[in-house]
Amino acid sequence: MVKVCVPRDSSALSLGADEVAAAIAVEAVRRGAAVRVVRTSSRGLFWLEPLVEVETPAGRIGFGPVDAADVPGLFAAGFLGGGEHALGVGPVAEIPFLKRQERLTFARAGVTEPTSLVDYEAHGGLRGLRRALSMAPAAVVEEVVASGLRGRGGAAFPTGIKWRTVAAAEAPRKYVAVNADEGDSGTYSDRMVMEGDPFVLLEGMAIAGYATGASHGYVYVRSEYPHAIAALEEALAVLRAAGWYGADIQGSGFGFDAEVRVGAGAYICGEETAMLESIEGRRGMVRFKPPLPAIKGLFGMPTVVNNVVSLASVPVILDRGARFYADFGLGSSRGTLPIQLAGNVRRAGLVEKAFGVTLRELVEEYGGGTRSGRPLRALQVGGPLGAYFDSSLLDLPLDYEALARHRGMVGHGGIVVFDDTVDMAAQARYAMEFCAVESCGKCTPCRIGSTRAQELIDRILRGEDAPANHAQLLKLCDVMESASLCALGGMAPWPVLSALRYFPGDFGLPPATEAARVV
Amino acid sequence: MWSELRALRDEIDYGTPPRDGAPVTLTIDGVAVTVPAGSSVMLAAAEARRAVPKLCATDMLEAFGSCRVCLVEIEGRRGYPASCTTPVEPGMAVRTRSDRLQALRAGVMELYLSDFPAADIPGGWSELHEVIQATGVAQHPYGRGENHLDAPVDESNPYFLFDPAKCIVCSRCVRACEEVQGTFALTIEGRGFASKVAASQGQPFLDSECVSCGACVQACPTQSLVEKSLFVGGYRRADSP
Ligand SMILES: Cc1cc2nc3c(=O)[nH]c(=O)nc-3n(C[C@H](O)[C@H](O)[C@H](O)COP(=O)(O)O)c2cc1C
Ligand code: SF4
Ligand code: SF4
Ligand code: FES
Repeated sequence: MVKVCVPRDSSALSLGADEVAAAIAVEAVRRGAAVRVVRTSSRGLFWLEPLVEVETPAGRIGFGPVDAADVPGLFAAGFLGGGEHALGVGPVAEIPFLKRQERLTFARAGVTEPTSLVDYEAHGGLRGLRRALSMAPAAVVEEVVASGLRGRGGAAFPTGIKWRTVAAAEAPRKYVAVNADEGDSGTYSDRMVMEGDPFVLLEGMAIAGYATGASHGYVYVRSEYPHAIAALEEALAVLRAAGWYGADIQGSGFGFDAEVRVGAGAYICGEETAMLESIEGRRGMVRFKPPLPAIKGLFGMPTVVNNVVSLASVPVILDRGARFYADFGLGSSRGTLPIQLAGNVRRAGLVEKAFGVTLRELVEEYGGGTRSGRPLRALQVGGPLGAYFDSSLLDLPLDYEALARHRGMVGHGGIVVFDDTVDMAAQARYAMEFCAVESCGKCTPCRIGSTRAQELIDRILRGEDAPANHAQLLKLCDVMESASLCALGGMAPWPVLSALRYFPGDFGLPPATEAARVV
Repeated sequence: MWSELRALRDEIDYGTPPRDGAPVTLTIDGVAVTVPAGSSVMLAAAEARRAVPKLCATDMLEAFGSCRVCLVEIEGRRGYPASCTTPVEPGMAVRTRSDRLQALRAGVMELYLSDFPAADIPGGWSELHEVIQATGVAQHPYGRGENHLDAPVDESNPYFLFDPAKCIVCSRCVRACEEVQGTFALTIEGRGFASKVAASQGQPFLDSECVSCGACVQACPTQSLVEKSLFVGGYRRADSP
């Protein structure tokens, strides 16, 4: 019986993975070949999707991108034995894009069957939770503090410190609320965790619950992620049946359960307080802080709010120890980050690397440069509110402080690549339009400011008194940055200001002085 | 009736409701002041007679933090926290006036005025006008852009009217309806720039769940919701100059 793995991650599904899986099954029957088609998830090598992997004594041999029409030819070429074929990519683990990564959080992505607990445990799953349950809750919190893990949702707040606050709060009930709203354009790491390895998220949640004294969790998933929702529901049922979720987990006396909530479909619902409002059944409106959610969160109770990737990184920290995790990365950026390459890039996909990898390595070595083959002109790092950088900054290491020094941010780890045909003024206008469309409307700098900023950009682009409108735009951006209630209004100026700084010519403005470029 | 209610109120609007925690001492512009724990920095500033401009806050409602004209500086903290939503802490050193704060408040006021009837800026009376005075901002640099100046006036209620052109979407009426009256007749409909006050499901006030208690009118800082009795011969929008 030959095991043939076909991904069921939505990226592969959108490229016909179901048809490929069916075609392989049909062709196997027709040829009387003993084949077991297993639905794994994606490795995150999107240019190869659907990537079919055949298990051989020499490891998994890959073929991709496979179309259902290619299947008879693959059989004819003897792909079940790893035979030569035009779509062959050789041993998957040896593909440089994958081989040079440091996959801790994504160790099982594309390897295991996402909702098979046997497979999960065979690949290191549940070891973190087992160890956590053998420790005092406070020691678990300190382990996460020592790992240096910072929130991967965007704000980069130290996860362990947040847990400490929740653990110290006295309350009749506490919660863990997972932010799976993943609204940043060009990002998909949360989705890949939930579809490809849902147990790791649920394990991380249970550890968070144990460490902080929370008994109930919510996973707030955006409605555009039906496959993630289904995988989580299935994984939850499996864990409950095996006694890893529910009352008295494995006889430890600790009880924890969770439910999935489907998001309301607005970018602002990813902001943690708006998410809490939405989970409580209200409109996704930002709450002011303090009180922090860690003290007064869901239903007024202390709540751990963490991003999917943050929590999915916890099991490996508990399993291998804080030191192991902290040895990746540098300075105050510890561990690994799943970077998501998108836009005009030859090899789009997920790169999990220790902090410190340079933008150039990511875009050129992993990404293979632009898909168009034209020169790279700009990058946007950190989602729709992240700064645009020009190619002079390609040697910046990806770490929180290095990007902050250049008025940029790591955010959720998305990098979008643009070639030299991009109009950066149009991009800047689009970024501000995004803020205007997504503004919750609560605070004035964002509610009115985002619309006025768009109008100012339009006037600059029409050449109407450009110097005066430019000066006013800078003043308005300052008010939005300093006076907005949340980071949507507070950071919407970043893409605009960075585009003005690095690409003034696109706005019809004179070149920026060196002083304006060096920040 | 509502003017009587207004007269009954304490002359000073402390911005946020009183609390009764243990005494906390802090300084506001160098002046020591002691207020109960749980009080806002805004209340402490009013106590110290160093009142901070405010629009979305009033002491009969819980703080909301939306208008951003009440920003202050606090020693040892980054940024410009809103004084209405920041609780006092012992030893806190708060600055309510600086060039930087003035610039930010002016920037916010310019945004308000960019969607406010120009003819109503000079000479009017309302809390908004007090803040216009306090910040010295009586015009805006934005030219004509998207606005709500032509939105129709709702005169359906016999006692008061709603002129959306003057509305700054501070939610005070919505919150007064909920918190003071316990009715849920008002909401903010839409998002972003399109956010607007709506009675029930976007109905005229008279057809909504409004019980004509006037709590919203009393709470409104701009006379967007205003008693009809103030307008002899009916309400007319001021002509643009
Ligand atoms: C406008 C806006 C959108 C956000 N969207 C998300 C999101 O989609 N997913 C997420 O995890 N965090 C998002 N955040 C960050 C959250 O507010 C919060 O910092 C995060 O969920 C905390 O988890 P972490 O510490 O594990 O990152 C957003 C923040 C803002 C201001
Ligand atoms: S900055 Fe924008 S999204 Fe955030 S609270 Fe203000 S209006 Fe809402
Ligand atoms: S009607 Fe008055 S109180 Fe209500 S939101 Fe508008 S300005 Fe504020
Ligand atoms: S008065 Fe503080 S934000 Fe409005």
